[in-house]
Amino acid sequence: MQKLIIRGSIVEDAWLPPDPDSPTPGEGRILTLDQWLALADKSGSGVQLEPGQAPAPLLPFVDEIELVAVNFPVFTDGRGFSYARELRERGYRGELRATGHFLRDQLTYLRRCGFDAFQMKEETDLAAALERLHDFSEYYQASIDQPLPLFRRR
Amino acid sequence: MYVYDEYDQRIVDERVAQFREQTDRFLAGKLTDAQFLPLRLQNGLYIQRLAPMLRIAVPYGLLNTRQLRKLAEITRRYDKGYAHVSTRQNIQLNWPKLEEVPDILADLASVQMHAIQTSGNCIRNTTTDQFAGVATDELEDPRPWCEIIRQWSTFHPEFAFLPRKFKIAVCGSAEDRAAIHTHDIGVELVAGLAGEVGFRILAGGGLGRTPMIGAVVCDYLEKKHLLTYLEAILRVYNQNGRRDNKFKARIKILVKAMGIDAFREAVEQEWATLKDGPSTLTGEAVTRARSFFTRPDYVALDADAAAGALAEKCGEDPIFGNWVTRNTRSHREPGYRIVNISLKATGFAPGDVSDTQLERIADLADRFSFGEVRTTHNQNIVLADVETGHLYELWQSLQSAGLATPNIGYLTDIICCPGGDYCSLANAKSIPVAEAIQARFEALDYLYDLGPLDLNISGCMNACGHHHIGNIGILGVDKKGQEFYQISLGGNQGKDASIGKILGPSFGQEEMPDIMEKILSTYLALREEEETFLDTYRRVGIGPFKERVYAKADH
Repeated sequence: MQKLIIRGSIVEDAWLPPDPDSPTPGEGRILTLDQWLALADKSGSGVQLEPGQAPAPLLPFVDEIELVAVNFPVFTDGRGFSYARELRERGYRGELRATGHFLRDQLTYLRRCGFDAFQMKEETDLAAALERLHDFSEYYQASIDQPLPLFRRR
Repeated sequence: MYVYDEYDQRIVDERVAQFREQTDRFLAGKLTDAQFLPLRLQNGLYIQRLAPMLRIAVPYGLLNTRQLRKLAEITRRYDKGYAHVSTRQNIQLNWPKLEEVPDILADLASVQMHAIQTSGNCIRNTTTDQFAGVATDELEDPRPWCEIIRQWSTFHPEFAFLPRKFKIAVCGSAEDRAAIHTHDIGVELVAGLAGEVGFRILAGGGLGRTPMIGAVVCDYLEKKHLLTYLEAILRVYNQNGRRDNKFKARIKILVKAMGIDAFREAVEQEWATLKDGPSTLTGEAVTRARSFFTRPDYVALDADAAAGALAEKCGEDPIFGNWVTRNTRSHREPGYRIVNISLKATGFAPGDVSDTQLERIADLADRFSFGEVRTTHNQNIVLADVETGHLYELWQSLQSAGLATPNIGYLTDIICCPGGDYCSLANAKSIPVAEAIQARFEALDYLYDLGPLDLNISGCMNACGHHHIGNIGILGVDKKGQEFYQISLGGNQGKDASIGKILGPSFGQEEMPDIMEKILSTYLALREEEETFLDTYRRVGIGPFKERVYAKADH
């Protein structure tokens, strides 16, 4: 099982990856959005958003969902950055995981948008990647990690 | 102008370290070309036809003389002793070495400069009026707002991987010198019903493959909401802009597909969640931004006496007088003039400036213009605050440095991209076409008789030379490996912006001066009284030009 970064530590994945073809995915597996929508009880659930799947249907259940994974099939598709911010701004506090083909060079941006877990399909050196969660020590604009823009703190 | 504090400096220094690490990984083979590409582009670094090209940010066109001298030094040390002023007010180096770019960035950081977000699918350098703060037709100085936008957009974590590049321009004057109608977002300072100044927000303008004039998203926005509103627009675009086709990925395509009303509704809906949040501007933030753009220490001068003395000097030396007429503009302060330094001398690529010219300009700015200059989107340089009594000395010094070509706003003041000589995106060369036209129409009497005329040349559809909004536009096209040039007429920048109309089939490079001559003589034959080229074109349409250019007997 591939390791991932969760809240600054390198750990084993406690979740099973999505299985889009299974009609009964079972406990502990991340669901596709379609599977998740069909789920009667959303509490403790994990769901993965693909590019083009905005988080609107998740918003009424932010207190029940345990994991939202946002997939980055290519690292240049930045829709997931907005999805993450929207989820956090609407009160989602569970694990928010970026998964897919992003680069360590994007970790600071991802973290600032509210991601706290990073499953990097192409990274071979997670310890080196971990160092890149804080490329900058100061930021101009408001974001999830620093809700006050610099002009309110200067 | 804006001066960094420890926060700004730290952010720029940390960026240098970050890019150095990325370059090292690339050179060590640990990042692929495809992975390094967006990372280097977000730092203005292109891999070009012959060498890399580094685009250095000049925030809304402002430079001080320390920065100018550092740029001169950088061009000597790392490049071939010249730089190029781009159509978005930035400075480009055409011959840096990839492995030396981190060192160049460190040198730039030492004078509060950088190359952040000068390329890539992110929010680019915010541009504005080159006469900001001194123009006689200004409602409010746009520069504090540009600086507020600059800070907000720098390393914005949500908008670094947009569908496509994103350009914002701000205008605070009656005449639009910032081309806000052809930007992804145009911000215009306007007076509201109660007289207080706010913003009109346009979106969806742009040039490139599908030129479009921006539409009004918000007719009047209170100033404090600027950033939350921009954020709402960007969020709608980031989530809904097309990513399947590079040529349909700009916000203009989204605005057109949704329709401006539906687009506005989506923005307003997004804005409802951001409005009045922490990114709402505070009075202190605006006061702080404004404090950097105060009135310089002008000498109190008698306007009439200054004008009289200048008229006398112009009479004594008509060559000087002509330069004053053509290259200087009125200033809101009595006894001062705005001076345009033309980077369009025949024989040099439009917008190019040598290391020694940069240093000469720096010396002159220190002596005569409070130590600051502006780059312009027309690819010239402006000394904004010159006493009329100093103009003669200034002109003599500019002349001896080849910087006094009296052609501002005329045919040979050509806007021109680097084209196929440098750029790997180009379909055709643009500089040789510009030079051939400059050489053919060098006679000043003829130029002035033609009157104000914008000739804009782009080497490809990306339209860096803004050919769509030139009164005459030239576009380089590729036909089975051969370079050809397509002409459009009637484009215009400004508040009555228009996109030029294609004249007809394209021409070979060597034909271009002759074709230009036919277009110009058609105009001269048809014009009435004081009509400009654009006036005549708008009255008679494209027909007469087409007939003359494609007439069988002549061709």
